[in-house]
Amino acid sequence: MIEVIDIYKSFGNNEVLKGISASFKPGKNNLIIGSSGSGKTTLLKCIVGLHEPTSGEVLYDNENFTSMHFEGRVPIRKQIGMLFQNSALFDSMTVEQNIIFPLNLFTTLSKAEKLDRANYCLEKVNLAGTNKLYPSELSGGMKKRVGIARAISMQPKYLFVDEPNSGLDPKTAILIDNLINEITDEFQTTTVIVTHDMNSVMGIGDHIIFLDNGLKWWEGSNHEIAHTDNKELNDFVFASKFMRAAREKL
Amino acid sequence: MFYSLGRYILLLRLSFRKPEKFSVYWDEVMREMVSVGIGSLGIVAIISVFIGAVATIQTAFQLVSDLIPKTVVGKITRDSTILEFSPTISALVLAGRVGSSIASQIGTMRVTEQIDALEIMGVNAPGYLISPKIIAGVTMVPLLIIISVGLGLCGGYIACAASRDVSTADYIAGLTGDFNQIIMVVCCVKAIVFGFIITSICAYQGFYTSGGSLEVGQSATRGVVFSCVMILFADLVISKMLL
Repeated sequence: MIEVIDIYKSFGNNEVLKGISASFKPGKNNLIIGSSGSGKTTLLKCIVGLHEPTSGEVLYDNENFTSMHFEGRVPIRKQIGMLFQNSALFDSMTVEQNIIFPLNLFTTLSKAEKLDRANYCLEKVNLAGTNKLYPSELSGGMKKRVGIARAISMQPKYLFVDEPNSGLDPKTAILIDNLINEITDEFQTTTVIVTHDMNSVMGIGDHIIFLDNGLKWWEGSNHEIAHTDNKELNDFVFASKFMRAAREKL
Repeated sequence: MFYSLGRYILLLRLSFRKPEKFSVYWDEVMREMVSVGIGSLGIVAIISVFIGAVATIQTAFQLVSDLIPKTVVGKITRDSTILEFSPTISALVLAGRVGSSIASQIGTMRVTEQIDALEIMGVNAPGYLISPKIIAGVTMVPLLIIISVGLGLCGGYIACAASRDVSTADYIAGLTGDFNQIIMVVCCVKAIVFGFIITSICAYQGFYTSGGSLEVGQSATRGVVFSCVMILFADLVISKMLL
């Protein structure tokens, strides 16, 4: 379980996060939603340690991650897998080398075992046979799937996903959502997803946190979201005519 | 300025932390050595031959007195090539070729979140990305400069043979006579320092890139400009200290 306690984060005079507390449960898809500039990605980066919070704590299974130095964080980081918004695959490496890279650094597996793991991860994301391709030869959706394969190669306990559906067509977006959902179920990972895609929210949102202007305004599940009377959340979720019409039918 | 200097020193300290796995870092060092060394050999060879030839022709042009033996042309060409032309001009060219490549490569990795991905995995990103480049720089730049010295002197020989301002026999006599070994020591010290300056400054500029492709280009430009200025400054300091 990951707990975030009273996180503040400022960049100069710009206060982006204003005291956010939340907990993210294992085996669940925990979604952080909100409009652009609401602080979703900043919160995610504070949780994984890419940004240091101005104040507050992040606990991984009751271990205070925020107070740890680089070396102290390494054992926790080995249990983290992350899919970035633009996939962040290493351009100079093939798909297979991208997946094997963390295994090379942190495991004592033999070459054959590492190849087996890479093939298993690629099969998991339906990309078997793409081992020797370079990222520049892949489509946006394929890059995301390779990013997921790399994220799960170390069999992570915590999976972080930043805007998994940005730039993807609706069909591929649903495929990616389903893939993340399957991985969360199968490996019982604590999955934290930053998104503003309402299809993801309604489809896989086991636990949802809504941020606006650096504050947490609402917390609940995808079943509860349609019936909330929170004005800020309603303004965000039901901004489009389509979503308003869908709510009326519910 | 002090902020940047402090950040540069801290980045270097991070770069030389104990690696997660030596074998992976060793592969990176080898790859960078090929990129810096073999990749730059062509341009260094071309400019070295021309520098040596031009230095010989211009020295011969200025020493027209019958009181000065023609062998002096070879001696001056040798000393100026070893002390100044080969190390400094080669380093300035390498700052453009190798430095801009390092800054833009690391800068692109920064803006496309590849460095964030390394850090999330628990990899010491400065160590993995920067230390192999610095090691390649301080080993391959001296080798390139030694090759440059040899080719520069060959260039001078070709100029003598072609122009006949100085006979090749006088040129060879000038090259081989009255050699003070300290100039080779100064040349090697300069080469090592220049290799460090090019790789570390450009890596620093790339590592702290923020924004997009425009900023990557600006980082590469800054890296080359700062490297060139620091090369000339270090050239002055080393010459003053060792000669």
